[in-house]
Amino acid sequence: MSVSAPRPSPDELLRRLQAEEKYQQRGRLKVFLGYASGVGKSFRMLDEGRRRRQRGQDVVIGAMQPKTPPELAELLKKLESIPLQTADGIPYMDVEAILKRHPEVCLVDGLAYDNPPGRPNSHRWQDVDQLLRAGIAVITSVNLQYVEELRQDIERIMPNGKQATVTVPESFLRTADEIEIVDAPAEYCMRQAGGGEVPQAELEHRLSQLREMALLLTADVVDQQLEDYAERHGVGHTFGTQERILVCMTSRANGPRMMERARLARDRFHGELFVVHVNQPDLDAEAQAALERNLELARHEGARVRTLEGADPIASILQFAREQRITQIYVGHSPAQGWWARFRKTAADRLIEAAEGIDVKLIPQ
Amino acid sequence: MSSSSPNSPADPPARGKLKIFLGFAAGVGKTFKMLLEAQERKRGGCDVVVGYFEPHARPDTIAQLEGLEIIPRRKIEYRGTAFEEMDVDAILERRPQVAVVDEFPHTNVPGCQRTKRWEDVLVLLDAGIDVLTTMNVQHLESLNDQVHQITGIRVRETVPDWVVQQASEVVMVDLTPRALLNRLERGVVYSADKARQAKDNFFKESTLVALREMALRQTAYEVEHRHGAEGGAAAVMPTATHRTETLLVYLTADPAAAALIRRAKRAADFFHAECWAVAVTPGPGLEGLPAPDREALEKHLNFARNLHLETRLLEGPDPAAELVRFARDRGVTQIYLGRQHNGNWTFSAGYDFIKQVVRLARDVEVTIVAERKPVPPSA
Repeated sequence: MSVSAPRPSPDELLRRLQAEEKYQQRGRLKVFLGYASGVGKSFRMLDEGRRRRQRGQDVVIGAMQPKTPPELAELLKKLESIPLQTADGIPYMDVEAILKRHPEVCLVDGLAYDNPPGRPNSHRWQDVDQLLRAGIAVITSVNLQYVEELRQDIERIMPNGKQATVTVPESFLRTADEIEIVDAPAEYCMRQAGGGEVPQAELEHRLSQLREMALLLTADVVDQQLEDYAERHGVGHTFGTQERILVCMTSRANGPRMMERARLARDRFHGELFVVHVNQPDLDAEAQAALERNLELARHEGARVRTLEGADPIASILQFAREQRITQIYVGHSPAQGWWARFRKTAADRLIEAAEGIDVKLIPQ
Repeated sequence: MSSSSPNSPADPPARGKLKIFLGFAAGVGKTFKMLLEAQERKRGGCDVVVGYFEPHARPDTIAQLEGLEIIPRRKIEYRGTAFEEMDVDAILERRPQVAVVDEFPHTNVPGCQRTKRWEDVLVLLDAGIDVLTTMNVQHLESLNDQVHQITGIRVRETVPDWVVQQASEVVMVDLTPRALLNRLERGVVYSADKARQAKDNFFKESTLVALREMALRQTAYEVEHRHGAEGGAAAVMPTATHRTETLLVYLTADPAAAALIRRAKRAADFFHAECWAVAVTPGPGLEGLPAPDREALEKHLNFARNLHLETRLLEGPDPAAELVRFARDRGVTQIYLGRQHNGNWTFSAGYDFIKQVVRLARDVEVTIVAERKPVPPSA
């Protein structure tokens, strides 16, 4: 592909510089994400702490989960620990002591905890944010089941699992500089997941669903990092690895079919779905209404809908496609018209011709 | 699924279970994690042997071998040089419950009974031996073009997707690219010289990030494929379309055919669809074609068969008509065509062909697959 990034303006350069500076001052956040208890998050976190310490970094443990399995005891002994404090019988991380001690790296096992009333921050993730702002690097572990935005999905999958009352916002996890997944087959966590009367096979199936969610969430975060990386380094063009589907919507009757096909592909590939239409001033009221219906359908399917302007619709669509790293374009065509005209190109013809590096799918009317 | 039929006296041993530790670069810790599991299984009373182990492994990893029985590698002479490969016969004779086999995509030196290590592993599985193995996502056949596009590297040692699908478990071995680059810098992964070289190729941060995303998504797919898990938004949606999909790829002598086959087959796998690969010749068989075309087409048909596509050679004066007739007979829902973009696009035969197929196909969807060229490495 030969799209060269335009030269950045001075404003753009300044903005990049400021972004870079802010990034340099803040402590780095690293998250070990697991989909259930028993996959080995705490072990991985402590092991990383141990190895960093071996390399000469100043590492302390800021918080540990109350119950630690015996295989962690060995690792725990090798690291300095700042004990948790309690108020009203509720434990909390001693942020003041950590800030005073000011280590390079602080380990926080279990990010999803609420602080007792009266503490400056109500949630532990806010404590962590405070440490990061003070320039302390934090390594932490979190269970997917405590991610706020996923709660509904998780309760649907594990209806009689332990309901998460304490959660961490996904947006906070997405600020992590590094997120690492701790993956293991579902059978590893069967015992700890319990599940009551749920048959083993069903429990394994449910845990597998959580496992898939954790992998996809991490993939999304990684994809975001790829974009951020490009931003920070002023790289114009990067490649994600996800299928990104673009539907070119019109007022035509095959809109619903296009949406159905594109939605199916999006779901199967766990991809992203975009829907664009190019503004046409001369659309009559009936066509306008049909277009609106098609776009409403797109929004209903969770697609990102965008209206494009431009004298040359194909050029506008392709520019958008390149910006959004689209991998496949869905376009409607009517076999009955246009094809007899050898020398008059239809929109679909022109799209196929110009869409270098992008697949084009022709959906019949 | 690898579960066997109910026992009957004549049954061969139940097929062994395959577990793949999937990574995205050297040094993420695949072998280490595999050996941890081997040790754990041994502690649990399993009879575990090491069938193949990379002799150039890192000290941390080698330490994990302690106490495991190692089946000596077989020495093979090829053009005056001694090579060492896995000794399948010795493992079969020893008959352990579990064999540890590093580097699943490895190509054996000529003179071995089988070309690929994954073929050796299939033999072990057939004999009822469980196998633990390792591979990086960039060696998966269907991702070959995407990997080429991202890295500029054409990976030659690939494993067909249907082979990976035989695994009862695929586990992601994750490490952040930054941590991996730190390891590289400290010389943990390679010696210093090799490290500098590696950094210029796969080991750029943006490349590693992209490969890692690929591995995560592939593992998610493997989990969904095995456990019928439809996580996230997909499961909330009513399963409106249970219409089964059937895909058809049109093969020509065009060199882009391999990429076209991979792309269509991957889509077919995700749609749980059948996938046909079809070529059309004017006369009976391939004999009437000019030699270069015949060879190329033969190669492409073979390639399609190796990836487990059903192939057919059709005959007729009008390829588009033959193709669409076949599609209708087989209930094909999606036709995949290459762009056959050689030189002058507008007047090329390829473009007319696409138009013809689209005109004839009517209600069948047609996908025109683009060539994916590597993006020049950015700073």
